[in-house]
Amino acid sequence: MADKNGPDGTGETGPGKQHEADIRDDDLERRRRELEASLATRLPNRLEGKDDAKAGSAAGYGQAVKLSSEFIAGVVVGAGIGWIIDRMAGTSPFGLIVFLLLGFGAGVLNVMRSAGVVAEFGQGDKSRSGRNDSK
Amino acid sequence: MAADKVDPIHQFHIIKLIPINIGGYDLSFTNSALFMVATVVVAAGFLFLTTSSRSLVPGRLQSVSEMAYEFVGNMLRDAAGTQGMKFFPLVFSLFMFVLVANLLGLFPYFFTITSHIIVTFGLAILVIATVIVYGFMKHGLGFLKLFVPKGVPLVMMVLVVPIEVISFVSRPVSLSVRLFANMLAGHITLKVFSGFVVSLSALGALGIAGSILPLAMAVALTALELLVALLQAYVFAVLTCMYLNDALHPSH
Repeated sequence: MADKNGPDGTGETGPGKQHEADIRDDDLERRRRELEASLATRLPNRLEGKDDAKAGSAAGYGQAVKLSSEFIAGVVVGAGIGWIIDRMAGTSPFGLIVFLLLGFGAGVLNVMRSAGVVAEFGQGDKSRSGRNDSK
Repeated sequence: MAADKVDPIHQFHIIKLIPINIGGYDLSFTNSALFMVATVVVAAGFLFLTTSSRSLVPGRLQSVSEMAYEFVGNMLRDAAGTQGMKFFPLVFSLFMFVLVANLLGLFPYFFTITSHIIVTFGLAILVIATVIVYGFMKHGLGFLKLFVPKGVPLVMMVLVVPIEVISFVSRPVSLSVRLFANMLAGHITLKVFSGFVVSLSALGALGIAGSILPLAMAVALTALELLVALLQAYVFAVLTCMYLNDALHPSH
């Protein structure tokens, strides 16, 4: 029995130990709050830094491939539709010519849309109709 | 010539593993199909195993799964609103499939399924078909307002509507071409630079010294490819969300 109590050294019983546990909980709580506060101050900076890095290298490469593929897709789909119409209606080569030009317009529209220069689908405005007019 | 050994296109060859022929159609189980199955198994297995314990404080792997879930969830909510969350299973499956397929493709001797345009085009058609079917189901013919911008004079409609229609039809094309072209170009570049290492080091001591340069390039390109693999899966998912937004709200 004496050996069991020995390491404690204080001779205090139950309540004392509970008190010690309370202190430890308070301490832990305080440290957790401090950690949260310091994380909150650091986190916005870290997020901003991440965004900047992304905008620099990776997003630029992604943007380049994105814009070129948008443009090519517009032209190819326009030509494809014209070709199919020609085959169906036997109007070769006028369907191909007309729809290739329309496809070019759609390609330019795709590029401007994905670059955020003109409005999205179904949100047209006067400036866009003017742009299409010039084609 | 060593060019036969380091043919950069060879990695994209389709090999029939189990020839199957049903009714005149070639339905063979190819290496592409094998890696599609592997992609699904890896993605599903990873998500299933890491979330099976469901501890309140997530472990490392569980938090990866939860991050993927929240990432796609936030992306979809930002792009298509809370209504868009009904498409979460579709978008999350597409994201995980493309991501895991791209990442698996980075392993040497593995087949990259997303480097074949028919695979990416199939995925893009799935997205656009969902948009069209859901758009007509929800809005009826009002979905066609998507092609008629507001504030355009009636005379201009003759020109504007076909352009808008072509622009819409070109979406699955650009979506699939982007993913396919990125993966194809990246893998060919990687193969070419690795091929330089092999052919240069065959030239003796000077060649071995010179091959350090392409070797360093190949290492750097591998890192870039890892980035591209992640970025393209992200782009694919983001654009899916944006297209679904059109189906939900055709006229703002």
